This record gives sequence, structure tokens and C-alpha cells, in this order.
Amino acid sequence: MKSHLGTRILQVVPTLLLVSIIVFGLQQLMPGDPALVLAGEERDPAVLAQIRAELWLDRPLPVQYFHWIGNVLHGDLGFSWRIRQPVAQLVLEKLPVTLQLGLMAFVIALSIGIPMGILSAVKKNTFWDYVANGVGLAGLSTPNFWLGIMLILLVSVKLGWLPPSGYVSLFEDWRQSLATTIMPAFVLGNAIAAVLMRHTRSAMLTALEQDYVRTARAKGLREYIVVLRHALRNALVPVVTLGALELGTLLSGAVLTEQVFSIPGFGKLIVDAVFNRDYPVVQGVVLVTATVYVALNLLADVLYVLINPKLRSA
Amino acid sequence: MRHILLVATATAAILSPAMAPRAMAEELPTLRIGLADDADLLDPTVARTFVGRIVFAGLCDKLFDINEKLEIVPQLATGYEWADSKTLIINLRSGVTFHDGTPMDAAAVKYSLERHLTMQGSSRRGEIAGMERVEVVNPTTVRIVLKAPSAPFLSQLTDRAGMIVSPKAAEAAGKDFALHPVCAGPFKFTERVPQDRIVLDRFPGYWNAPAIQLGRIVYRPIPDSSVRLANLQAGALDMAERIAPNDVETVRKDPKLKITMYDGLGYQSINLNIAHGPRAQTPLGQDARVRKAFELSIDREALVQVVYNGMFTPVAQAVPPASPFYAPDVKPRPRDVAEAKRLLKEAGVKLPVTVTLTVANMPDTRQTGEVIQSMATEAGFDVKIQSVEFASGLDAADRGDFEAYLVGWSGRADADGNLWNFLHTGAPLNYPGYSNKDVDTWLEQARGVTDVAARRALYAKVAAQSAQDLSIMYLYIPKTIVGMSAKLAGFKPVPDGILRPQGMTLQK
Repeated sequence: MKSHLGTRILQVVPTLLLVSIIVFGLQQLMPGDPALVLAGEERDPAVLAQIRAELWLDRPLPVQYFHWIGNVLHGDLGFSWRIRQPVAQLVLEKLPVTLQLGLMAFVIALSIGIPMGILSAVKKNTFWDYVANGVGLAGLSTPNFWLGIMLILLVSVKLGWLPPSGYVSLFEDWRQSLATTIMPAFVLGNAIAAVLMRHTRSAMLTALEQDYVRTARAKGLREYIVVLRHALRNALVPVVTLGALELGTLLSGAVLTEQVFSIPGFGKLIVDAVFNRDYPVVQGVVLVTATVYVALNLLADVLYVLINPKLRSA
Repeated sequence: MRHILLVATATAAILSPAMAPRAMAEELPTLRIGLADDADLLDPTVARTFVGRIVFAGLCDKLFDINEKLEIVPQLATGYEWADSKTLIINLRSGVTFHDGTPMDAAAVKYSLERHLTMQGSSRRGEIAGMERVEVVNPTTVRIVLKAPSAPFLSQLTDRAGMIVSPKAAEAAGKDFALHPVCAGPFKFTERVPQDRIVLDRFPGYWNAPAIQLGRIVYRPIPDSSVRLANLQAGALDMAERIAPNDVETVRKDPKLKITMYDGLGYQSINLNIAHGPRAQTPLGQDARVRKAFELSIDREALVQVVYNGMFTPVAQAVPPASPFYAPDVKPRPRDVAEAKRLLKEAGVKLPVTVTLTVANMPDTRQTGEVIQSMATEAGFDVKIQSVEFASGLDAADRGDFEAYLVGWSGRADADGNLWNFLHTGAPLNYPGYSNKDVDTWLEQARGVTDVAARRALYAKVAAQSAQDLSIMYLYIPKTIVGMSAKLAGFKPVPDGILRPQGMTLQK
């Protein structure tokens, strides 16, 4: 077991190194000279040269890479070229915002998707089934940014119920925090709710035809107990797996949603950094994200080993 | 009971002096301004963005300012005088303090100007490179000696190069000054959450405190113009810059809102590559008649009508009509397809003449490109639109990798700022590679004289020649469109598009 874990951990090192090379290399392929973008309208050649020298842009690429990766290995992700704040600080500030948004979106997705999936499976081929399917289809095919702007116009401008954009931290004022995030979380969760709904529906349809459900019904159990306790429990297994996979979709969806609602989260951080050619921020954010994914994968592997004794001898 | 009263009175007596200023600050309203972009570094020496200048209007006073008529007016200075053509004497306002309580005096002015000129990474260096040295005459007078006579120099001191920072704070913070800037403006820096907000609070020690009727300003970057407008409509903002021309009617119809529109200092133009690398080797780049035909095929009025609801002013020169250096004789030529066709025939080029027009990937610039495409087709051009992300387009232009490039300029108060960098041989923003000895000479002469009439005559020659050579085809002057709550009053529109808090009042 130890050797298996050891190999897995050792594999992480080249993976992350590869990610760092890829993210660094891809940026170089992007057209647009960062020094030009940074210099803005005042394009004094001497200033341009100074910027290039200060940011090591005038050195060969391998030198730039090793300079950066060397600092990263010492725990220094560098600082934003545009606003001169440490990248690590920016990441720590922005990550909780997106996590809150993602978590709320996920809760919304679960609370819409699963009940609707059950409903449409139980009431198969009835009015309710068609309504649920229609709503699901709409959720899947509505672009995030369009739904976002429509919601802002309806809920904030016409009705005046919620603030149209911005973000307040949970610790500062939890009510205001929920008020600013509920709309974007709904937009983000809506598409996932549709996916969850469709999978719950088909899993439930399969489950409801199983023998144990018939047995449960034959025992004279009430229908809701049959549906919720017997069928749903089994149907949920693939749905939960799928839900976990959709968490990734959630993070990438946050990129668009945060733009529309001006939420200063992880997604907005990386989009703005790309447009401003703020390389250290892009590199830092991608590297942190990759590290988190790799760490989670590693954790999953460890858990598999702990759960499944067969793997221990391997 | 008497005890309680005594205690209460005593407590009130102790607390009242401390409470008074706070209570006053609380009485004054908070102004929430929506910006089209997030500012970069909040240090006037290194700052580069337009929205940054809007924030500085609250944070950092300048030696001079410009007013609605583009006249130079004193701000931290009280006046100036040219001792000779190279020596500028500036008298300073006495008793002004920075946000950290240190005095804003001649030594601080010398420090700030030298910092702008010499600090590593300074974006101001190019603006005041003509400065040889700054001398402190007495605490309220500085003498600036220039390397050569420079008429536009004074106007540089009406923008970031004229902003004076606290030497004590700048020395202590070093490179991190931008994270907690200390100046002598009406508001002091409180906090910044990148991409979310910049908060400034009223500085009670401001030299012109009665002009400030706001307790706090919160600047919020909201890049999407429809979302910015929605925030204004919902009451989450009191003011929003750069309202889209198509949204003007929406704002006008809303009784809770009002709109102010005024000509800016900048322009939109098409840069035509005439001598910058191999891509200049096209009929359009090599023959002025083809460029003239291209210009004659375009109806600026109709273009502005279609894309911007007719709100912008068509022009054929870089200097806006509001400027004393505007050349009234250089007007946009009316569309003349027959003449355009005749010119193309005379030039003997193969029809249709293909032109690749690079435009930034934004809805209005793409649409502008499409309108130009359809108009030019009638005269015998085949315009291909290449839509690129803004930074990539800039990079391509800088390398000469373009034939025609739709690009704007935000504009400067002095005509030199709209001309030199674009038309002088080898200037940094001269993407087309334009070089004309006469134009160079006129631009240089105009820098050397301070007489307005003499400079106007020189700039008129530049405008006429540039309209002949057409390395840059000027299209229109965009308007600054500011939407605001009906409760906001006292906003003074200055053509530079900067939102100055002086005189603004907000009803609660």
C-alpha cells in the first residue's frame, strides 16, 4: 500500500511540472505584447524598455520560466503586473467568493433537479412530466449571460428586490451576502439542475421497474416511502457521481456568471488577467487550480485504497 | 436621577468633540460611481488607465486643472509666469496639507516632479521629459527650467504629471505606494478590493473643503455597459460613465435618471499603413489617390447615424472643435462615389481594391467596420474585416502588421497631445509610418511658441497636410455620455471626460 501511495505522490510532481510548462508556454502563444498593454496610451519607448526589463520580458523564455518556477517553489507566486498585489493574496481573496457562489449554485441545482426528476419519473408521460422536461430543456439551452441580464432587468430594475451586482462577504453581512449571490447562483445552478433532473428521471425510471420496488409495493408500503426510500436511494448513486463531476462545470460556468454580475471571484480574476496580459496572475491561478485538482485526485486514490482492501496488496 | 443627568451631560461633553466630525461625515451622502473598467495602479507616477484618472480626480489634486472651456486654471498652484521661454515660475497655494498631515509645499512639488521624471517604471517620463530641473525658490514658489521652449508643458501639469504626492508617504511605501496612496485631493484612500471597489473618504483638511459635499465615493468597475446601466436604473449606482449611445433614450425616459452628453477630446480613426513594413505595399498604402477615394466612399454622418444614433460629431482632423487649435477649414468631405471611382481609375489600380480592416472585437467597432465595408464596396473596394481582441490588435499595429486599423485616441487638452505622437516621424504611436518633413517642422515650431494664434496657424497647416496625405483618416469625436441619478446635481462636464467631485451634491 505504501509503495502504491508513494508512486502516486511521485507522479504528482511531474504532472504539476508539466502543467506549469504548459500554462507558461500557452501564454507565449497568445498574441499581444504584455508590455504594450501595460504601457497603455503613454507609449514612450524608454518606458516600454523599462517595463520589459523590470518584468524579465527581455530575457530568453527558458530564463523567464525558471525564474518564475524557482520563485513558485519558494512559495512565491509573484505579484500582479497590473495592480502590484501578490498573486497568492489575490487567489486567497477570490477563491472563497467563487466557492460560496459554487456551493449555493450546487444546493440550488440539487433542490431543483432532484425533486423535478423524481416528479417526472413518477408521473411519467403526464402533464407534470412534460412541464419538468420543458423546464429542463430550457435550463440546458439558455445561455448563462442572457439569463443573467434578463434576471437583472426583471428582479433588480423592474421589481427592485435584489441588488443587480456586486458582492458582500458572508462575514461582513450575511443577509446582504445572500442577496448579492442568490441571482448568480441561480443562473449558475440552473443549467446543472437541468442535467441532474434528466439523470434523476432516467435513474428513477429504471429503479421503479426493479423487483425490490415491486416487493416493497407488494408489502403494502405507502407509495411515497416506496419512491423516496427504496427507489430514490438506489437511483441516487449515479446521480451523486454525476453531481460531483458537474462541480467542475460549475467552476468554469462561474467565469461567465461572475462577469455578468460583476462578482469579484476567481473567474473574473482570470478573465481580466488574460485580457490585461497579467501573466503572473494567469499562471498563478491556473497552477493553484491544477494543484487542487491533482490533490483531490490523490485523495480519491487514497480513499479507494482505504475502502477497497484488494488494492492494498497491489 | 440627578446623578444620571450629570453622568449623561459629562459623557456628552466628553464625547461631543470627537463625535462632531464623525456625525458630519455621516450626514454627507455616499456617491457610487460605476466605471467601465478597473483602475490599474493608484500611483500617479506609474498609472496608465483612463478610469484611473477618474479615481485620481477624487484622490490627488494637480498643480493645474482644465475647465469646461479647456482653459488652464490653478488648483494646487495659484498662478504661473514664464520668466523666459524656458523658465516657468509656479506660485503655490499656502497652507495645503496632504492626507497624512504633512505640508504640500515647494519641496513636495520638486519631489513629485522629480519622481515622475526619474522613478523606474514611470509613465510620466515621456510627458515631462523636456524638464531639465526643478528649483525651490521659497516654500510657495518653484522654478522649472526646461531643456527647450515647450508650449504644451503647462498642459501636462493639468493631468497626472501635475499630481503632487506626499514625499513622506512615498518614501516610506516605496514601490507599494499605489496600495495606499497619499495625496492632497478632496478624498483620502480608504480601501480597494481589486475588481470590486475603490473607496475614498472625505478629507476634512482639504484646502477647498466647502466645495466637497460628499462624505464618501465608492468606485465600482462594471465592464458590461448594459449591466452598468441596470445598476444605475436599480439605484445601486448614482452615476455611471460611458453609457452606450443606444441606451441614451432608455435613460432619458426614466424619471429617476438624467443624462449629460458632451464632446470629448479624442477621436475615432482609421490608421492606413503607408510605410510600416511589408504590409504597407498595397495600392491603399502606396497611392494617396486611392486613400482619398477610400475616404470619399465613406459618409461619416451616415456612419455615426447608423452605429451611434447620430450622437457623435464627424470630423476630419485630430483636434476637437472645442480646442483653440481647431482648424475650421479642414472639414469632413461629403461622400462622393463618382469622384472616388474617378480617382481609382486615375490611379490605374486593379478593381476591386482589397483592404483588410482590423477592428477591435467590440459590438460598436465591428458595426463601424461593417458600415465602412458596405459603403466602400460601392466605390470599388473590397473591404475584409479582421476582428481581433484589443491587445492583439495593438500589438499587430505596433509591428506594422495591418493595412487599415480602426483605432481611437482618448485625447489630450493640448493639441500637441493629439498630433505629435501620431504624425511626427518615428513617434511611438505613428503606426502607419508616416513621415513628412514639413509636418515635423510645424509640430516642432508649435512646441516652441507660446502665442496661441501662432500655434493655431501651425496646427492648421498640420491638419491640412495630414488630410491630404491620409495616414490617419479621422472619423468622428465620441461623446462622453454620463448617466446619473436625478438626485445628483452640480456635475460639471469637462471635455476630458473625468468626473470631478467638486461641487457635486446628492440628495438623500
